[in-house]
Amino acid sequence: MNDMIQTKSLTFHYPVEEGEPAPDVLRGVDLTIEQGSFVVILGHNGSGKSTLAKHMNAALVPTGGQVLVDGYDTAEEENTLEVRRRVGMVFQNPDNQIVANVVEEDVAFGPENLGVPTEEIARRVRQSLQAVGMEDFALHAPHLLSGGQKQRVAIAGVIAMEPMCIVLDESTAMLDPSGRREVLETVQRLNREKGITVILITHHMSEAAYAHRVIVMDSGRVAMDGPPAEILTQVDRLRQLGLTAPPTVLLLSALQKDGWDVSLDALTVEDCADQICRALGA
Amino acid sequence: MLKDITLGQYFPGNSVAHRLDPRTKLLMVVAYIVALFSAVWVVSYGLMILVLAGCIAVSRVPVKSLVRGLKPVLIILVFTGVINLFWTPGESLWHWWVFNLTREGIQRAIFMVLRITMLIMGTFLMTYTTSPIRLTDGLESLLGPLKKLHLPIHELSMMMSIALRFIPTLIEETDKIMSAQKARGADFESGSVLQRARAMIPLLVPLFISAFRRADELAVAMECRCYHGGKGRTKLHVLRYQGIDYAALFLSLVVVAAVFALRRFGL
Repeated sequence: MNDMIQTKSLTFHYPVEEGEPAPDVLRGVDLTIEQGSFVVILGHNGSGKSTLAKHMNAALVPTGGQVLVDGYDTAEEENTLEVRRRVGMVFQNPDNQIVANVVEEDVAFGPENLGVPTEEIARRVRQSLQAVGMEDFALHAPHLLSGGQKQRVAIAGVIAMEPMCIVLDESTAMLDPSGRREVLETVQRLNREKGITVILITHHMSEAAYAHRVIVMDSGRVAMDGPPAEILTQVDRLRQLGLTAPPTVLLLSALQKDGWDVSLDALTVEDCADQICRALGA
Repeated sequence: MLKDITLGQYFPGNSVAHRLDPRTKLLMVVAYIVALFSAVWVVSYGLMILVLAGCIAVSRVPVKSLVRGLKPVLIILVFTGVINLFWTPGESLWHWWVFNLTREGIQRAIFMVLRITMLIMGTFLMTYTTSPIRLTDGLESLLGPLKKLHLPIHELSMMMSIALRFIPTLIEETDKIMSAQKARGADFESGSVLQRARAMIPLLVPLFISAFRRADELAVAMECRCYHGGKGRTKLHVLRYQGIDYAALFLSLVVVAAVFALRRFGL
């Protein structure tokens, strides 16, 4: 597999007035994200996870170290467009990223900027809206859609640019549970069917269960990195980092402490139920 | 309560007027205004009334809603009428204090009020039959040649369409802030005008702050979608003149020419 995004001892601090201390938000992040993977980045507030996300499409440029996107150095200004063409970004507030007042016009915004010919834009708009299941809303006004639908339109707007990777920067944070499910199902399908790399920034533990790989950020560093079954079951370590393990893991962990013979790696409710049944049967 | 505010009112439809290219309609409005201001006497005004009536009939926009559009300018209409009526020099018919009613005054008052009324109804007819996006597209395309003079035409039309996009969002936000302030005992409805204006401050401050924050986030989102100005940009919908556009433009030219001809004969 090819490397989609690579960070090399990436450090970053926000610009400050001269003479004031510049606290590093990112302090030496080394990561390699492979093409086609589904990565969830977790962390409590201020852990640097959103700042890290913004480095992945040159919205922010490192103050130290290097970020390579498909081989392009994001620090070089002439690479910015190439980087953004490859890595699309979906933000937290759906209202503040929709540009046009008709859904199809908004989805067309990215390809229009890239100078794609008109017929090709029309084809991409149609396909992108189909990919997120919003084709019936092509002529609707975005402000009349629900939060989950708006985020799906935003995702369609990103995939119309035919990127290799989508970064969702807390895109589910403002949604209700059903909206969150809509968005997660959409990106999972895009990852599975189109092979688009997905990087999901979140503080919802339950969303991490779907990933190939979970990265936990803490005070600007990578604190944990591995497959979800390995990361999410470390209840105490997660608590130290200000995170709570998923409820299924917590339940099994409590049972284990009371002497029941269960293993912790049940990330779905069904697996959890199986574990408990097996323990009861034994 | 704020939900009923509609700006850039547009009546969706499929009449000939709706199907015309927005550029055609903009040019027609310009021609219409030129003709209206060149009309001098009953015959040319009569022609213009016929033209307007024809356009309204073709567009199938209810006359009632066009008349409603006149409400906000009623004061201006009355003011213009009165000024022209009493302060036009000429053959005096009636005199009292500073008021001097003249024969010429009556004529001018009627023509001026008619002119403003028809001006507003004509331009409203365009906004009623053209969606705001098509209107901004049309404007950008018509003003396109000015880009050579380094005027930021693309940026202006982008600003216009973003402003239109955010009107409903900001109205919704205003509603939310109002409810939040009311829940904490704010009173927006009673008191004198001054008191009510003062009550708006705690509404406007958070609204402005959030509008700036939104603008900032939107700018980042637009950049992330590779927006880099109008250069090399393509469009999902490209404007193309059709047969009816040429016909409509030809008719407008005929009307302007007719009014100019009538003007020569003082009609």
